[in-house]
Amino acid sequence: MQYLLLIYGNEAHWETLSEAEGNAINKEFMDFTQSIAQSGHLRGGNELNRTSTATTVRLRDKKRLVTDGPFAETKEQLGGYYLIEAKDLDDALAVAARIPSARWGSIEVRPIIPHEMPS
Amino acid sequence: MDIEGIFREESGRILATLIRLLGSFDLAEEGMQEAFATAVERWPREGTPAKPRAWLIATAQHKAIDVLRRRARFDSKREELQRIAELEQQFADAQMAKARIDNAGESMRRHNRTRSDGSDAGRDDDPFGDDRLRLIFTCCHPALALEAQVALTLRTLCGLTTEEIARSFLVPPPTMAQRLVRAKQKIRDARIPYQIPPEHELAARVEAVLLVVYLVFNEGYNATSGEAAVRHELCTEAIRLGRVVCQLLPRQTDARALLALMLLHDSRRPARTAQNGEPVLLEVQDRSLWNQEQIREGTALVESALRDGRASPYALQAAIAAVHAQAQSVEETDWRQIVGLYEILLQAQPSPVIELNHAAAVAMAEGPAAGLKLLDDLGAKSELRDYYLLPASRADLLRRLERWTEAADSYRRALALATNDSARKFLSRRLAEMEARI
Repeated sequence: MQYLLLIYGNEAHWETLSEAEGNAINKEFMDFTQSIAQSGHLRGGNELNRTSTATTVRLRDKKRLVTDGPFAETKEQLGGYYLIEAKDLDDALAVAARIPSARWGSIEVRPIIPHEMPS
Repeated sequence: MDIEGIFREESGRILATLIRLLGSFDLAEEGMQEAFATAVERWPREGTPAKPRAWLIATAQHKAIDVLRRRARFDSKREELQRIAELEQQFADAQMAKARIDNAGESMRRHNRTRSDGSDAGRDDDPFGDDRLRLIFTCCHPALALEAQVALTLRTLCGLTTEEIARSFLVPPPTMAQRLVRAKQKIRDARIPYQIPPEHELAARVEAVLLVVYLVFNEGYNATSGEAAVRHELCTEAIRLGRVVCQLLPRQTDARALLALMLLHDSRRPARTAQNGEPVLLEVQDRSLWNQEQIREGTALVESALRDGRASPYALQAAIAAVHAQAQSVEETDWRQIVGLYEILLQAQPSPVIELNHAAAVAMAEGPAAGLKLLDDLGAKSELRDYYLLPASRADLLRRLERWTEAADSYRRALALATNDSARKFLSRRLAEMEARI
């Protein structure tokens, strides 16, 4: 079964890190990604650019509304995701807990509803 | 035993086994309901089978396969048809394995029965792992809200109705029903696994399980519905679950403390109810009826828990129960020690209900007027507004102070709130006594 692991954290936290600290965390992420590729969990994933680069679009009364920023201001912001295959929730939670951001942020583990997708 | 009795006794165990076999709460429940419906129809005609539980499980599996077939015809999903084939094969395998299991099971049963804790004759425990233990860890999974964990365990393992669970937690039944539905959906949709947690997670997961076991015991001990003041089978069930947890985690001192607490409370059960079904207060209980074996075991357990661990709320409550158990009579009870223990307990776990018990102990140690003062202060707390024991306790102290009119008023208020039939009978009698004095 597939789960989306949504990585939330305080973006401002990144600003406080030195280059060395930032690089160390990046390496942790790379090692983590490599390990879940090897274990067969990895199906996808990406780092997202910060929320100040986001734009939100809505259609209301047939009018297109475009606003600057993420859909909502939150204390922790969505910074990345992994799409994984896991045998059950405990398996998915074990993977999520190893994401480096779990130490200072929150990882939401959301089950995927599978649909037929055009290839 | 009639079918209704079998349902109460066995439905929790049967459901747990079916969930493991079928991999789904909903399917297990539907299968079980249809199996019981069939039993109601056929057993009066054909006689009760020699092994009712095995019959019900086998029938429920057949019915569940029928349910899947009906769904598959409607949806014609390949996965449904595949699932049916798997279940039919599994069922055939199980029938073959059953003979081997029955032989091995007999020697396991003899090995597993270590103490008498009221376990009934005719139980054949699952010799290859306790389905109920697996189920309780699943019901108590941290991915479920705590209140959902408790509700689900009570519903699936103990067979309480949604209404009974709702009353235990002072929430409206529709809210509780919704809570249960959502919990089962979460288990299904997020695929919470049916398994005992891995070693490194076990201790944390046990804490949640202990809370659920404690609440189950309390429901049995202070039953809020039905005729009996005590639903014996829930207490026995909770004690059994507590034992399994202790066996599994011998270093968990809190599990020991909880088991001690349950045993010490349960030891008074034979004296708690009069012939006419009314509750008998601790002060006038015939202590010769108290179960000394449970008292010995419970006292040893709490001493061991306090020695090896901290003075947790369970350990403190067990200690209080042990002080009661040691006393030959109300007068000889060390009430001051009990008051002191309640005060430590209130620091660890401030709660209006514990304050109520503290006030009652103060009344015993220092006289009714002292206790009454504390109860009046408590009356302001909103959580106790619908809790009948508050006006009932007030009434009792007023009675001891011979303030008959005020006592009658309090008994009336208590009656308006009490739902337990035997408590109501008791309160009505007291009210009549008061009215006779006015």
